Amino acid sequence: MNHRSLDVSALPSYKFSHASLMWWGLMGLIAIEGTAFALAAAMYFYLWSQAPQWPLKSLPPDLRWGTLNVVILLASVWPNHWTKRVAEQGDEAKMKIGLVLCAVFGVALIVVRALEFTTLNCRWDTDAYGSIVWLLIGLHTTHVLTDVYDTIVLAALFFFSAPLEGRRHVDVSENSMYWYFVVWSWLPIYALIYLMPRLS
Amino acid sequence: MNPVLEQTWRDPPGLLGTLLAIDHKTIGKRYIVTAFCFFVAAGVLAALMRLQLARAESTLIGPDLYNQLFTTHGTAMMFLFAVPVMQGMAIYLVPLMVGARAIAFPRMNAFAYWIYLFGGLFLFISLLLDIGPDNGWFSYVPLAGPQYAPGKRADVWAQMITFTELSGLLAAIVIIATIFKLRAPGMTLARLPLFCWAMLVTQFMILFAMPAVMLASTALILDRLVSTHFYNPAEGGDALLWQHLFWFFAHPEVYFIFIPGLAFMSSIIPTFSRRPIYGYPAIVLSLTSTAFLSFGLWVHHMFATHIPDLGKSFFTAASMMIAIPTAIQIFCWIATMWTGRLYVRTPMLFSLAFFFILVLGGLTGIMVASVPLDLQLHDTYFVVAHLHYVLLGGAVFPLFGAWYYWFPKITGRMMSERLGRWQFWLFFIGFNVAFYPMHHLGLQGMPRRVYTYPAGMGWQPLNMLATAGAVLIVVSVLLFIINAVRSYRNGALAGESPWGSGTLEWATASPPPAYNYDRPPVVRARDPLWEPITEAPAEPTQVVGLAERVREVLVTTVLDALPSHRLVFPDPSIWPFLSAVTLTVLFIGSIFTPWAVVWGGIPVAIAVTLWFWPKRAETVEHLAVEKRP
Repeated sequence: MNHRSLDVSALPSYKFSHASLMWWGLMGLIAIEGTAFALAAAMYFYLWSQAPQWPLKSLPPDLRWGTLNVVILLASVWPNHWTKRVAEQGDEAKMKIGLVLCAVFGVALIVVRALEFTTLNCRWDTDAYGSIVWLLIGLHTTHVLTDVYDTIVLAALFFFSAPLEGRRHVDVSENSMYWYFVVWSWLPIYALIYLMPRLS
Repeated sequence: MNPVLEQTWRDPPGLLGTLLAIDHKTIGKRYIVTAFCFFVAAGVLAALMRLQLARAESTLIGPDLYNQLFTTHGTAMMFLFAVPVMQGMAIYLVPLMVGARAIAFPRMNAFAYWIYLFGGLFLFISLLLDIGPDNGWFSYVPLAGPQYAPGKRADVWAQMITFTELSGLLAAIVIIATIFKLRAPGMTLARLPLFCWAMLVTQFMILFAMPAVMLASTALILDRLVSTHFYNPAEGGDALLWQHLFWFFAHPEVYFIFIPGLAFMSSIIPTFSRRPIYGYPAIVLSLTSTAFLSFGLWVHHMFATHIPDLGKSFFTAASMMIAIPTAIQIFCWIATMWTGRLYVRTPMLFSLAFFFILVLGGLTGIMVASVPLDLQLHDTYFVVAHLHYVLLGGAVFPLFGAWYYWFPKITGRMMSERLGRWQFWLFFIGFNVAFYPMHHLGLQGMPRRVYTYPAGMGWQPLNMLATAGAVLIVVSVLLFIINAVRSYRNGALAGESPWGSGTLEWATASPPPAYNYDRPPVVRARDPLWEPITEAPAEPTQVVGLAERVREVLVTTVLDALPSHRLVFPDPSIWPFLSAVTLTVLFIGSIFTPWAVVWGGIPVAIAVTLWFWPKRAETVEHLAVEKRP
């Protein structure tokens, strides 16, 4: 049989954003974790709906550290966006700077998060309110820790494992994408933990 | 056989090679065989229960062991058999069906398998150590909470959930990415085989349903281990919260066991009807609407609780509505068979049984969807009969059919048709003899999950009959195992396409080489192998230009499957296995102390870092073929 062939040898070895396999894998993770956040928020409302008052017997968390952390988170969008852009331009020297900057923001966030835990005004075993507040903030902190660790490993790769394949640039770009998820998922949780009990 | 490609793509040999393997066919086979072993083990537990119930006031098995038996039976069948075996079939078949050389994220795929295996072994070893879970497969609080379930049994259940759901979620990502991005050029979404559509829909359901049970079981472990109060009403918690979270997962779960069954049906029926499927768009729409509707049904498991009546009415309506898309698919299959030329072989027998058994299960489903009837039948054997008709009719019968259908592709040899027919009839008759009487037992008021019943209730004859049916099922499964082993060794050689099917997996050797396709196909139709060969325009039929000495695959676009880029895949690695081992230590440690999460996290972090870290030699090879965009 006479086979006509489609020659793909001229195609590039990687592409960015939703053309890449990595983006779809990451979106899968974000769908899973976004669902977990949404369900944890639903748990919060469910427990609230069963409670005579909310918080049950403690004060809402102090605003100071939590709000400072929102500021740091929002500011961290900038280095991540810049890193994503230089990754897509293929500029490895700038990617190194970007990854270090992102990691510094991440570490700052973790330090303030540690302080945030001291001003929640409840413990996980105080009552169901305390349990769900700790669960929400614990879930988010797990994401912060893993993504900051991922950023540090990725930076180490660029400093100590050169030469690197170009598809690592896609990893850098998607690392920033994941960080956006860490940022945008926190805002509703912040509103839930810090603001809503004060408004009602 | 292309020796260069074989060298590039095959898993390394030897015992170490077993631990390194990342070929989707190897991992898929492991999933299927492991899940079948858990099916047999959980089936043995069921047979023990049937022996106990055959006579009234039997003293064969005591209440404590009986509780562990039915809990482990249900848990293993749902979490260790039904969901993973379907993902295993997808992991083996999807890359072949879409014309890809490999599965997306092959190392993560291997990691997911190891986590699944370790989680399953953890459950069964716990049972042997007399710490098997004993609160039912849904582990309701407060029974499973710290107050009423001291010891570690409830923790074993909750942590088994963590293992299997993690594994299931990762496998879902792998399968979705493969279907979206690794399809052969020309295989637009409108030409995607229905098998892949059904598997795609299933994996999306997994993404959105499994987090609910992970969250629920994590909260349960926290309540038990560090005294949180999620489910403790004395401190503002709520026991019904558990049921909401659990069923928000577990109702869709029924459908992500059932939809792969539909995937098998939509593959087997056109082949044995000798024509393309009737109503492809209707079937795709039915699959997706089933998926959406299945997330709106969970409260029908909670009709016996104090939720508002309006809510119950809503969920009754939704439960009845989901019959519509299933009916549409059944009509499409009937139309396919009606207008085709039927030839009946074992795979088709099992598919035909679906119509009988699933429809019976669906009818009792409509009965228990109505609140007043459900309140009467709740927690009786009627529900046991209903759920087994749905799950075995909807999933296990098609799965046996799928086994007979794809066994030649996977092993290169045919199953024995004669033994297959014996197995089918034994299974079909045994199943009905075992489960049909349970409808009557339920209507007579026999409750579920009791280890025995008084002689005066008059339930013994039907129970004895059910046990006789269970014996037939055991014989049938033994016959199946004999058939599989004998055929694997001496079965007739199958050749590429023994059934004359239309989908791509039949276009390569049986068993397929490590690289799946020497030259990946270009697709122009829904049933590529049934497409008449035309000498028409200069349309290509195969892909060339992929590197042969590194693992290069063609990535295509999501909707139209246009060639996008050539991506190099990683080589086999020991780190997915070692990462799974370290994570297993963390998971099991954390039912004893919360500090296991901290200290156990360190080896996990080291293992995944080394997994990610590139090898110099590999990088150099990859750079040699790299082309920057």
